[in-house]
Amino acid sequence: MTLTVENISKEFEQRDVRSPALKSIHLEFEEKEFICVLGPSGCGKTTLLRIIAGLENPTSGTVLIDGEVVTGPTSRTAMIFQDYSLFPWRTVLDNIAFGLEMKGIGEEERHKMAGHYLDLIGLCGFGKNFPYELSGGMRQRVAVARALAIDPSVLLMDEPFGALDAQTRNMLQKQLLEIWDKTKKTVIFVTHSVDEAVFMADRIVVLTSRPGTIKEVVTIDLPRPRDRTSQDFAKVRRYVLGLIDEQQFTQ
Amino acid sequence: MPTEKPHWWHRILSKTVLLKIALPIIIIISWQVLSVLIDNEFILPSIGSVLYVLSKPFADILGSGSLVGNAMISLGRVLIGFFIAAMLAIPLGIGMARNGKVHDFFDSTIQVFRPIPPLAWVPLALAWFRIGLLSMVFIIAIGAFFPILLNTLDGVKSIKKTWIEVAHTLGAKERQVLVKVILPGAAPTIWTGLRVGFGIAWMCVVAAEMMPGTNSGIGYLIITSYNWGQVQVIIAGIIVIGIIGLGIDYLFKIVETKKFMWRELDR
Repeated sequence: MTLTVENISKEFEQRDVRSPALKSIHLEFEEKEFICVLGPSGCGKTTLLRIIAGLENPTSGTVLIDGEVVTGPTSRTAMIFQDYSLFPWRTVLDNIAFGLEMKGIGEEERHKMAGHYLDLIGLCGFGKNFPYELSGGMRQRVAVARALAIDPSVLLMDEPFGALDAQTRNMLQKQLLEIWDKTKKTVIFVTHSVDEAVFMADRIVVLTSRPGTIKEVVTIDLPRPRDRTSQDFAKVRRYVLGLIDEQQFTQ
Repeated sequence: MPTEKPHWWHRILSKTVLLKIALPIIIIISWQVLSVLIDNEFILPSIGSVLYVLSKPFADILGSGSLVGNAMISLGRVLIGFFIAAMLAIPLGIGMARNGKVHDFFDSTIQVFRPIPPLAWVPLALAWFRIGLLSMVFIIAIGAFFPILLNTLDGVKSIKKTWIEVAHTLGAKERQVLVKVILPGAAPTIWTGLRVGFGIAWMCVVAAEMMPGTNSGIGYLIITSYNWGQVQVIIAGIIVIGIIGLGIDYLFKIVETKKFMWRELDR
C-alpha cells in the first residue's frame, strides 16, 4: 500500500468569498505507519483527513492510493469520527458488521467476522447491546471495530478521543496501539493534543494555522511502549509544543 | 424487581391515580344528575340507556347495522385512505429532504394546500367522485397526507450527516444508504407522522360519513340516530369513536417505545 498526498490545496467558498483552508500539502505515508496530524483548531486538519477519505474534493492536487486517484470514498480507507457516529438502531454486532453487510456478505458469515473484531476491542459479550447502553469509550472502540471490519489499508481518525475524559483517553490510546500492532494498518490520526501525538505517532505532521501548511514533520524515535514520565518523552514533547507556540506568537 | 410490589389498593389510593380519575368521575356524576333534572331522553339520555346501547355492540340499530359493524367499515375506509397518503407522503418527504430542487419544486404548492382543512374538500370530492368510497378515501388521504409528509421531511433532515458519511466510507451505495441509514434513522419521526396522520384520518372518516347519501359507517350511524332522535345511540357512537381512536394511538405508541427507544436514549 502506498498513500501519497500530492500538493493538496483546499478553498471553501461562502457567499462568493473564498477562504483557503489548506495550502500545498505534500505528504507520503509509509505502510503500517502511525501518523499524527497536529495543529491548532481551524487549521484544516479535519479537512485534510476528509479529503484523504474521499468525502471532500481538493481544490487542487490529488490523493493517490496505490497509484489510483481518490475521487470518492473507497474501501481502502475507513474513517472514525469524534462523535462515534454509531447507528443507534443497530446492535453493537450489527454496527460492526455494517460494512460487511454492504458488501453482500450473508448474516451468519458477517456476524462471525464481526465477532472476531468484537473480541479484538475487548467487548465480547456486548454484541447484542445497543450503543446507548455503552459508555463513550466503549462506543469509540465499537467505531474502531466497525472500521477495521472492512479490512481497510488506512484508518483515518478524526480526534477520536477528543470527547472522552483523560483516564479513558489514556486507556484507549494504549488499546489502539495494541490493535495497530496486531493489525498493522496505516493510521492517520488527527489531534490537537501534543501529548497524545507524541505518545502515539511514528511521525507527527505539524500544521500551521489557517490556511494550513506543513510546518514540520517530526519523526518520533522513542521506543515503544512509551513512557509519558520519561525525560526523553518530555524533551520531544517540549520540542513539538515549541513548534505550535511559535506560530501562535507569529500570528 | 427486588422490592416488594405494593398492594393494588395502595396504588388506587395514591394521589396521582385519584387525580387522574377525578374528572371522569365528576363528568359521569354530573351527567347523571343533569339527565335526571332535564328528564328528556331526546336531549340528554341517562347513563343507563347509553350503557344499554354499548352492551349490545353487535345488535342492529334502526336497520343501519351494529356499532361494531359500522365501526369496522369506517376503519376499513381509513386504512385505505391512510395507506394511499403514506405511500405518497413518505417517498415525497424523503425526496424533498434529500434534494433541494425537489424541495423547491413542491414546497410552495404544499404550503398553500397545507392549511386547508380536509373537510373543505368535501363539496369538491362530491363533485368529482360522487358519493361513495372514492370521495371518502380522497378526504381521508388529504387529512393524513400532510402530517406524514412534514414529519418525514423533518425526520430525514435531522439525520446526522456523519451517519451517511460513515456509511459511504464503509462502502454503501446510494440505495443502501437510503434503505440502511436514512429510512431507519428517520423511522421514529416518520412513525410520529403516521400516528398523527392516522388520528386525523380517523376524524376525517367520521365527518366524511356524515355526507348526504352515505349508507354505512360509524359517522352515518350517528347522523341517522340524530334523524331518529336516538341521542343515546349518538353518545354511544361517540364513545366507540373515542375508544377506537385511543386504542389505535396506543398501538402506535407501543411500537414507538419498543422499536424506537434509541431516539430517546441515544444522547
